[in-house]
Amino acid sequence: MLTFLNTLGEWFLSVLNRLGHVFLFLLRSLYTAVRPPFKFRIFLRQVRFFGNKSLLVVLMTGAFTGMVLALQIYYTLRKFGSEALLGPAVALTIIRELGPVLSALMVTGRAGSALTAEIGIMKISEQIDALESMALNPLRYLIVPNIVAAVLVFPLLTAIFDLVGIYSGYLVGVQLLGLSPGTYFSQMDTIVDMQDVNIGLYKSLSFGVIVSWISCYKGYHAGYGAEGVSRATTSAVVTSSVLILVWDYFLGSILL
Amino acid sequence: MRKINLETAVGLFILIGIISLGYLSIRMGKLEVIGAKGTTLFAEFGAVAGIKPGAAVEIAGVGVGKVKSIRLKDYQATMELFILGDLKIQEDAIASVKTKGLIGEKYVEIAPGASEKFIPDGGRIRETESAIDYESLISKFIFGKV
Repeated sequence: MLTFLNTLGEWFLSVLNRLGHVFLFLLRSLYTAVRPPFKFRIFLRQVRFFGNKSLLVVLMTGAFTGMVLALQIYYTLRKFGSEALLGPAVALTIIRELGPVLSALMVTGRAGSALTAEIGIMKISEQIDALESMALNPLRYLIVPNIVAAVLVFPLLTAIFDLVGIYSGYLVGVQLLGLSPGTYFSQMDTIVDMQDVNIGLYKSLSFGVIVSWISCYKGYHAGYGAEGVSRATTSAVVTSSVLILVWDYFLGSILL
Repeated sequence: MRKINLETAVGLFILIGIISLGYLSIRMGKLEVIGAKGTTLFAEFGAVAGIKPGAAVEIAGVGVGKVKSIRLKDYQATMELFILGDLKIQEDAIASVKTKGLIGEKYVEIAPGASEKFIPDGGRIRETESAIDYESLISKFIFGKV
């Protein structure tokens, strides 16, 4: 019995310790982020890394999400004879939930994993130690530009996703399923609010922090060897994805 | 082709993003571009029956403005209506809360009057009709008091 309690306590303390470690990492990065000198050039490079290079995949997922939503919701609504609500249903689903979540998941898969691998390899080839020995703060060069760039890029990617999704939903609803073009948008105008757009924005901002934070942390604390980096990359993608979905539910229920 | 440099690529991405964001907030969010001209009127109702700020104000089925806020004043619902443009409402106009279809959205319909005097900015529409309460209507019908 005593050994059981002992193991339980040990496990709990280690979990608490790890959580504190992760959180302190974020606080240290944020503290570094607000203090000059700012590394503007590296920041721009990371914006391109997160933004420009994810643009194509976000466009593709946005287009097909909007199309499939229009198709499925149309067949459900038709049973109640309320096809007129297709526009607002597609727009609300995309703006409030799918836009932020799916674009965050896509960027996690595309950029988050690459980021973890890059920082992890710098760590195991002792480049981070080299920076430190030259009295340069590795957080300032490697971590902060990523977090700031992600916070800027995620809402923009989400907005692009929303727009593409709504218009490809329009394409399917009006061109293929024969809804009248007026109903799709006029109903949307009356039902979708500024508050819905804001909820999507808050979500994507927080996802930006989550993805860049977890990816950087996992890379920065990667184990040794090629195996350590591969494990760090896997765990960064899995943890970010799960956290995105969990956080999405909580934020959704708070902001509703 | 010359390779696009870093700043141009990032600038292009940010531009596309901001345009989408702006379109979403103005089109979907109906974010008011500063300086929308119009007049503000007040109207008191006995019951507003689930009408929300942002609901449409219509004259003869044409949208002319929206409900800005709803407050309780002297146990009456006071509604602040924002009429777009330089449309004038007559003194004897009647404002009523109506529903589109049986289960549709609520809106405010203004029936124009015949008076030559117009209500000034910040004035009050005196004649109002409250929303129809379907439940009491049905119960009256059942118990035969129509």
